[in-house]
Amino acid sequence: MAYELISGCQAAALAAQRAGVDLVAAYPITPQTAIVETLASFEAQGELKGEFVSVESEYSALSYCNGAVAAGARVFTATSSHGLAYMHEMIQWCSGARFPIVMVNVNRTVGAPWVLDPDQGDSLSQRDTGWMQIYCANAQEVFDITLQAFLLSEELLLPTMVVFDGFYISHTYEPVDVPEMDQAREFIGPPQFQAQVVPGVQANLHGLSTGEAQLQLVRKRHEDMLRAPEIFADINNRFEKVFGRGYMPVEALIPEGAKTAFLAAGSTAETVRWFLPELEGCGLIQLRMFRPFPKDELGRIVEEHGLDRLIIIDRNCSTGTGGYFAQEVRAALYELTERPVIQDLLLAGGIDLTEDLLTGAAQKSPGDGLVDLQWGVELR
Amino acid sequence: MKITDYTMENELMYSGHNACPGCGGALAVRYLTRALGPNLAMAITASCWSIIAGAPPLTALKCPILHCPFPSAGAVGSGLRRGLNAKGHYDTTVVVLAGDGGTFDIGLQALSGAAQRNEDYIFICYDNEAYMNTGMQTSSATPFGARTTTRPYPLFKHGQKKDIMRIMAAHGIPYAATASLAFPQDMENKLKKAQEMKGFRFMHILSPCPPGWGTDSSDTIHLSRLAVFTNFFPLYEIINGEQWRMTYHPEKTRTPLKEYLEAQRRFRQVDEVTIEALQEEVDQDWEGLLKRVSTSNVEK
Repeated sequence: MAYELISGCQAAALAAQRAGVDLVAAYPITPQTAIVETLASFEAQGELKGEFVSVESEYSALSYCNGAVAAGARVFTATSSHGLAYMHEMIQWCSGARFPIVMVNVNRTVGAPWVLDPDQGDSLSQRDTGWMQIYCANAQEVFDITLQAFLLSEELLLPTMVVFDGFYISHTYEPVDVPEMDQAREFIGPPQFQAQVVPGVQANLHGLSTGEAQLQLVRKRHEDMLRAPEIFADINNRFEKVFGRGYMPVEALIPEGAKTAFLAAGSTAETVRWFLPELEGCGLIQLRMFRPFPKDELGRIVEEHGLDRLIIIDRNCSTGTGGYFAQEVRAALYELTERPVIQDLLLAGGIDLTEDLLTGAAQKSPGDGLVDLQWGVELR
Repeated sequence: MKITDYTMENELMYSGHNACPGCGGALAVRYLTRALGPNLAMAITASCWSIIAGAPPLTALKCPILHCPFPSAGAVGSGLRRGLNAKGHYDTTVVVLAGDGGTFDIGLQALSGAAQRNEDYIFICYDNEAYMNTGMQTSSATPFGARTTTRPYPLFKHGQKKDIMRIMAAHGIPYAATASLAFPQDMENKLKKAQEMKGFRFMHILSPCPPGWGTDSSDTIHLSRLAVFTNFFPLYEIINGEQWRMTYHPEKTRTPLKEYLEAQRRFRQVDEVTIEALQEEVDQDWEGLLKRVSTSNVEK
């Protein structure tokens, strides 16, 4: 094991480097910039297998990846906030075209006004675009899951968005176990997926289709994506054998007898994990995979522990509805016979998850005339 | 090329494609695939060719076609080139095909980025001077005086057609050229010349659109020729953004612009005063072009 003191951004860049990407096309945006710079410095030092291209916009970054992955190349890009929003058309196109692209998104609020804090609405608002989304809670997860994402994408022929919080993870330096190049390359291997554009082979790729044919394509994409938790678990089993650690799409840390659990994705899960000893009678459910939503796995956890209250930490807000994670959890647990009360703690805009908020949220119980939506600022 | 080369076996485009009768864009691609083929990979952005190429698994071309969203062509072509390189397909010629919307308007950012990076592929703009696939809406390639469905009668397009060739020349790219369907040999020469070069190459092909321009489907070649003869669409090439060279000089064939305008229903509302003003503009543009050509240090 070789621990390095690195930031989340550097961890993401190292993972792309270790994956032996053929091409990186990217455009800088705070707080993702260090990923771009780190990859550029790898190229400058002759430490990047493929090419690094600075393009003129995020839209072009993802378009560039489209062209290269169509030819069978392994590609990577990274963005944040407005950059992700600007890519929206290409984001949809990638999944429709079944391109196994890996993209990192570093959460940052989408304006107006200009805000740098890590609201998760940038990536969550892309939830219906056919990309798998995995949220990381620390820099180690960023490295490991970004590396694994290439295998997941290439197996399912679907793009993966690896997501983590701006600043809390992107700019915080943590000790990360970074596998040696050879070991990482051996684990991941060269890309195995079929190129779509093959010179000399006639093909009319992604041309005009019909609603009828599209239904079949959408259905296939949906059914393939539902296999992601299983594939992710397989990859992590193999990963654990080599590197001694592995992850599940959703994981629970519930003390004996606890009937309340915080449910969090991203750095807030890490915050809750460290603060758990102070939160009597509370557990943690860390949601990593958001698309596909691990409905069955989450239901099993709730039933197994007999949880009667979930406090969902939503550093985001779907205006007019509430937190994205709360919406999704409510829908996922609807079919349970004993449904837990859902308490939605809104940190929209990207405010810090502090002790006041955690203890305040934990103290409010359904008997207290609890509203289902709590604005974080009210608990300070 | 010998006349015997112009046989169906050498065509990379199938008959039975989805273009309208007399489509300039269809003819442009037939010429260019024949000139550049057969080892081609083509990225096609949203345009009439999204339809002309046919519904998969049917196809109008014998080479791989990668369709891509409207603003993306310049970048998709760049990625395709480097992706093919990564897979060892260095000899494949990458062509991006875009209409005037995908070149002059919504595609300009990606086009400019690719040109500035001197990406190694050929960008073809088949210019039918409006959003023809959606039914003749104004683009920045629509000429002054033309009527469109977003500048309907008695209105017409005001403002000059964007000078895309000077924009591309300003990027200092290795090669840029205009081409006309009425001069297929000239087009072929330019394409082959472009194919032998490295870096970013750009070709602007005027592509008459019978339903959009209000012309007979049998007039496409005639109009293409008139556009050259009237100096509305001169034939030239630009090497490295600075060496301008005429490839056809209509000294004896010079024709008044009026004849070109009157042959198209889209210009029907234009009065004599406007025609005179347009003629003056064409004359000025022509003088500017001649000046650039004469001051260019062209290698003989």
